[in-house]
Amino acid sequence: MSSQVRFTDFKSDKQPTWCPGCGDFGTMNGMMKALAETGNDPDNTFVVAGIGCSGKIGTYMHSYAIHGVHGRALPVGAGVKMANPDLEVMVAGGDGDGYSIGAGHFVHAVRRNVDMSYVVMDNRIYGLTKGQASPTSREDFETSTTPEGPQQPPVNPLALALASGATFIAQSFSSDALRHQEIVRQAIEHDGFGFVNVFSPCVTFNDVDTYDYFRDSLVDLGEEDYDPTDREAAKEKVLDADKEYMGVLYQDEESQSYEQTHGLDSNMSDIDHEGAPEGAMDLVREFY
Amino acid sequence: MPADFNWAIGGEAGDGIDSTGKIFAQALSRAGRHVFTSKDFASRIRGGYTAYKVRTSTEKVRSVVDRLDVLVALTPRTIEENLDELHEGSVIIYDGERTTMADVEIPDGMIGLDVPLKSLAEDAGGAIMRNVVALGAACEATNFDIEHLDSSLKKRFGDKGQALVDNNKQAARLGQEYVQEEYSDIEFDYDLETTDNDYVLLNGDEAIGMGAIAAGCKYYAGYPITPATDVMTYLKGRIENFGGHVVQAEDELAAINLALGAARAGARSMTATSGPGIDLMTETFGLVATSETPLVIVDVMRSGPSTGMPTKQEQGDLNMMLYGGHGEIPRFVVAPTTVDECFWKTVEAFNLAEKYQTPVYLAADLAMAVTEQTFEPDAFDMDAVEIDRGKVVDEDTIEDHQTESGGFKPHELTEDGVSPRAFPGTEGGAHMSTGLEHDEQGRRTEDTEMRVKQVDKRNRKVETAREREDFSPREFGNPESDNLVVTWGSNEGTLVEALEFLEEEDIDVRILSVPYLFPRPDLTEEFEAADEVVVVECNATGQFADVVEHDTLQRVKRVNKYNGVQFKADELADDIKETLAPDEGQEVEA
Ligand SMILES: Cc1ncc(C[n+]2csc(CCOP(=O)(O)OP(=O)(O)O)c2C)c(N)n1
Ligand code: SF4
Repeated sequence: MSSQVRFTDFKSDKQPTWCPGCGDFGTMNGMMKALAETGNDPDNTFVVAGIGCSGKIGTYMHSYAIHGVHGRALPVGAGVKMANPDLEVMVAGGDGDGYSIGAGHFVHAVRRNVDMSYVVMDNRIYGLTKGQASPTSREDFETSTTPEGPQQPPVNPLALALASGATFIAQSFSSDALRHQEIVRQAIEHDGFGFVNVFSPCVTFNDVDTYDYFRDSLVDLGEEDYDPTDREAAKEKVLDADKEYMGVLYQDEESQSYEQTHGLDSNMSDIDHEGAPEGAMDLVREFY
Repeated sequence: MPADFNWAIGGEAGDGIDSTGKIFAQALSRAGRHVFTSKDFASRIRGGYTAYKVRTSTEKVRSVVDRLDVLVALTPRTIEENLDELHEGSVIIYDGERTTMADVEIPDGMIGLDVPLKSLAEDAGGAIMRNVVALGAACEATNFDIEHLDSSLKKRFGDKGQALVDNNKQAARLGQEYVQEEYSDIEFDYDLETTDNDYVLLNGDEAIGMGAIAAGCKYYAGYPITPATDVMTYLKGRIENFGGHVVQAEDELAAINLALGAARAGARSMTATSGPGIDLMTETFGLVATSETPLVIVDVMRSGPSTGMPTKQEQGDLNMMLYGGHGEIPRFVVAPTTVDECFWKTVEAFNLAEKYQTPVYLAADLAMAVTEQTFEPDAFDMDAVEIDRGKVVDEDTIEDHQTESGGFKPHELTEDGVSPRAFPGTEGGAHMSTGLEHDEQGRRTEDTEMRVKQVDKRNRKVETAREREDFSPREFGNPESDNLVVTWGSNEGTLVEALEFLEEEDIDVRILSVPYLFPRPDLTEEFEAADEVVVVECNATGQFADVVEHDTLQRVKRVNKYNGVQFKADELADDIKETLAPDEGQEVEA
């Protein structure tokens, strides 16, 4: 089946209810294209979505999918992948979902290095709840809940990932379709946790981190002489306070996924016995 | 009353109390004696009083009693703590050379055996074996064949080399001989005879883990918490041999979500925790139910609320399991009543979860989880285990459950409320699961009609289960009695033993022990047939009593214990007697 798969096979028949112009359209298209490009089809793909405008992505895509509770998509994705390593698992959510309520899971998902990709639609605002500050909002960004700005430095997800031992860190921009698709494809192909922070502008509630802003300010590492396997170089880039980058910032080419290190290679949905598994009585004898 | 014998070792946490107690319990089990153990431990690793108690008999023992025949006291506090249970003729083994024990006074009428545990252990190869010296002394005081102790020591230390086993055997011998020589004038009353029976000795947490493997569980995610951690410890290192995997998650939120992911991928999946962890899992519990994912969630209850008393018994989470979560959530709540039932109910929990595509709470409690009990090995007869995966569709059968345009219907509106299930990877089955209200295909909807249909469909599973499953209570005592005593969880064994104390006083009762708390049996007829109904449980407010009052529209009397300690058979008999026929002048809720 996979050879004939087109990216539109990943489209569900539900029309997105995102605001016209929302960055999430482009983000999703790139994800579907990258999935098709890497030879996946809807029946072997599992998408886990968070809560938020971004989290609606699970509804608009056609695949096996779960739309979780707020902030907990990453452990769900890890559970799916461990139980059936044959599946292509992709987790998606927003900056609030991933770096606020789900920040703890983010750090541990990075450490665990399960072979899945994680796409965060970073619009630096809470969209679905109508415009409150998010953990990536700028210090002086005025919102309904922070009229004077959050007055706290934003979370730096790339640095957080690097510090937690990430094996793949990338950043992309939803409206740069080809680059975005390419970056997500690299995340999928990476043996381990492929993390992509995508600037996915919210045209309704964020008038600072706009398409124009990103278009003008993002520096594409693909156009520079940059070696993503150099961790020191990555450190410099992710901590650079003056510039924001697009592309793969870091990739550990030696990365071994959780499944590899733990010898997980079977589909746990198979139970080939109608009663207790063979050898189960030994478990009882142990208690003599 | 079985001719039972009660033994304990007590000291400070860190003194090796647990492992020593376990070695002795195992020796008794290997000698063909029944054993029931209980632990009295504080929530700290070093310091603080801790004890391991062993009740043993040639007949089945199901509970603890207020009595101690032999006590190994490593600290003076051990004697103080157990004074009420010691009696005339009780033997106290202690080391008078230990500074803290130097001035210890053996209460009148009791037999003190001052044994230089540490020096004898050093003679055998190391002070660390002083508890084993005490076990040797205990063998002598109970006329128990020391060879069974050898076998238990071999099991315990065999992996670490023969030399260590031999040293320990020697330590035990030195303890035995010391008592023989120094106390040759004492005739010990006890005689722990041995039998040819082969028993296995295990606790509730271990039985739950074993049941999970037997049921084909392949995935376990958990976060350590007393008293549920042993489930994870048991599974780790064993489940891998059966193609499974254990993950120590970063917290309970992750644990249940990892387990949910694995379950959604088609694995039989489980998590275990205690009350505080259940609190954290509750939001996802709703998602599990709404997405109709089969999942087993074990709550090994301890004293709450909040961090409460982490190492103490309570059955305070019943309401949480019955009603926890926002909105209305169909679920199963199954409560094993004994250690062997921990095994069987775990197997059943997986079948219920998959047959009805719901979360299942396995309501265990601390008293059962840490209690070791002996059983005939065929109490865990693996040949009797059955696996029922419910309505799983494959490539061939999936067509019957698709819309005209080929969309799979994971929430198909069926008569029995149970929809088809397609494991990811099944061609033509791709679908979305969500906590949002959804249509048959799993797509979000706010359509008022569909909302009602899906709510009804999910709730219908409960009715279907009531028709198809046997949720009968377990029954003990005199079926004709006018006095009905109802309980759940680990109190069952204690109640069954309390029967004998009650019989001695000519009080006869009928006991119903209810292992299915939701859906649960309708007890109206039983309640109407009785003159008095007493509900026994380890919580302050009578959560189960409230529930059955509501079900049967009949007021019940209550016996509640919530000081952190499980019921003891003799004490419970007194409580029941008192409740059935209260002292005059005392006011009783009718
Ligand atoms: C436990 C919980 N708390 C709060 C919410 C409400 N909520 C829904 S989406 C959201 C924020 C989403 O922000 P983000 O992840 O940035 O996604 P966006 O909508 O911007 O794509 C919140 C707080 C919820 N659904 N669950
Ligand atoms: S509110 Fe913002 S994030 Fe949400 S759909 Fe509209 S534009 Fe997109």
